[in-house]
Amino acid sequence: MSVTVTHIAKKFEKFAALRDVSLEVATGELVALLGPSGSGKTTLLRVIAGLEIPDEGQVLFQGEDVTNKNAYERRAGFVFQAYALFQHMSVFENIAFGLRVMARKKRPNAAAIKKRVEELLQLIQLEGFGDRLPSQLSGGQRQRVALARSLAIEPRVLLLDEPFGALDAKVRKDLRKWLRHFHDQTHLTTLFVTHDQEEAFELADRVAVFNQGRIQQVGAPDALRENPTNDFVREFLEV
Amino acid sequence: MKRATQENPVVKWLLIGVVLVFVLFFLIFPVFVVLYEALRLGVAAYVGALGSPLSISAVELTLLVALLVVPLNTLFGVCAAWAITHFQFRGKALLISLIEIPLWVSPVIGGLVFALLFGRQGLLGPWLDAHNIEIMFAYPGMVLATAFVTFPMVARGLIPLMQQQGHAEEEAALTLGANGWQLFWRVSFPKIKWGILYGMILCNARAMGEFGAVSVVAGSVDNRLTIPLQIEHYFLDFDLQKAFALASALLLLAAITLVLKLVLESRRLAPNLVRPH
Repeated sequence: MSVTVTHIAKKFEKFAALRDVSLEVATGELVALLGPSGSGKTTLLRVIAGLEIPDEGQVLFQGEDVTNKNAYERRAGFVFQAYALFQHMSVFENIAFGLRVMARKKRPNAAAIKKRVEELLQLIQLEGFGDRLPSQLSGGQRQRVALARSLAIEPRVLLLDEPFGALDAKVRKDLRKWLRHFHDQTHLTTLFVTHDQEEAFELADRVAVFNQGRIQQVGAPDALRENPTNDFVREFLEV
Repeated sequence: MKRATQENPVVKWLLIGVVLVFVLFFLIFPVFVVLYEALRLGVAAYVGALGSPLSISAVELTLLVALLVVPLNTLFGVCAAWAITHFQFRGKALLISLIEIPLWVSPVIGGLVFALLFGRQGLLGPWLDAHNIEIMFAYPGMVLATAFVTFPMVARGLIPLMQQQGHAEEEAALTLGANGWQLFWRVSFPKIKWGILYGMILCNARAMGEFGAVSVVAGSVDNRLTIPLQIEHYFLDFDLQKAFALASALLLLAAITLVLKLVLESRRLAPNLVRPH
């Protein structure tokens, strides 16, 4: 599914988090939102998910205007920076959550839910961890559970907020590889936020560079490096 | 690492000693006096005093008041804490202060406010009279006065708890397709249920023990009284056996509250201790 945002503006009190931001992400693309902290990249991700309502502009999913739809109607898969796993639920129940809250007509039966959760546990290489609580997992394991939880509802787009931010270097590298591999297999439209340019350049098909609430430049990693559009991009990418 | 303030044993034991003497003299000693006086004439006399019709009536009325007030203030407390921690609006700090008014206003004032509102000479008195609604010097007045005094008990504990927990898990539930109802019952409520219970226990203890506010709105002789008012009544009639016997019932309530409070506190702390961050 393609994601389009047009002329998005968002203010918090007097702070302009986003000013006239437009971006098109094609179906199956993996795009990085890169920039220093406070540059608006996370806010844009939250606007796309429906967790923030923009003051101006539109959000389109596959051409359909979803600007006024709630987060729970958009059902974009969202992975939070600090994972936001449900602390009082087992890993199994965390992953099953999105299936259990479906409307009665759409909701799979218990056996189907169990099957789906077990498939996802296998996908994230955590078979046999279903009974654990999130507090009994390592950071990397939590991150994968958060990912599996967001994938359970078969989202049309995957949104990741600093997905590797809180992990140590080794786990980070492994997960990065895993995510690229996962994306190559599924071609699920994916946007992820990062402040680490190496991460953005290694993973993404295209990178959008943010500063002070605006997108400075969008392009493939090589194109950005070869042709930075202004001083900020040049300095931020250290080219 | 030990800090300098922790190292002086003289100061340490002096301070602990002061607190111990204080606790002994102001808390433990009075408890023993009540129990001693209640049981001085033997167990039979104690049971007889506790079983007197007025005492039983007082216990029943107190339970009734608590049964009405605790759910009411629990509902209010959850609503208030939810509104304050989930929505941005002007005057939020003021609202938090307003909720706490009953904690620092004398309960008698609380009772008086209701007397001035609903009493015969009060603002709404004539209207209530005309419609044959009795509030003052009747059960509704006692319930209102108790509700006023215990108003902040649930909200006050929940607000910092919910602020500290943040909204991340709720946002996650939203993106997974949960509607407001599912969000509350599956995600928010399990995280605050012990906090709610804790607030209810404190609210209940305060509701059953309240004297000042209820004494203003209760009043006339033949009316039934709550436990604290009945104790005063006995005491003024020099019926000490019954006064102390009934007081021991309130003590029992305090003991139960204390135990429940400790159990809940240990339960609420446990997950925080194992959680690595």
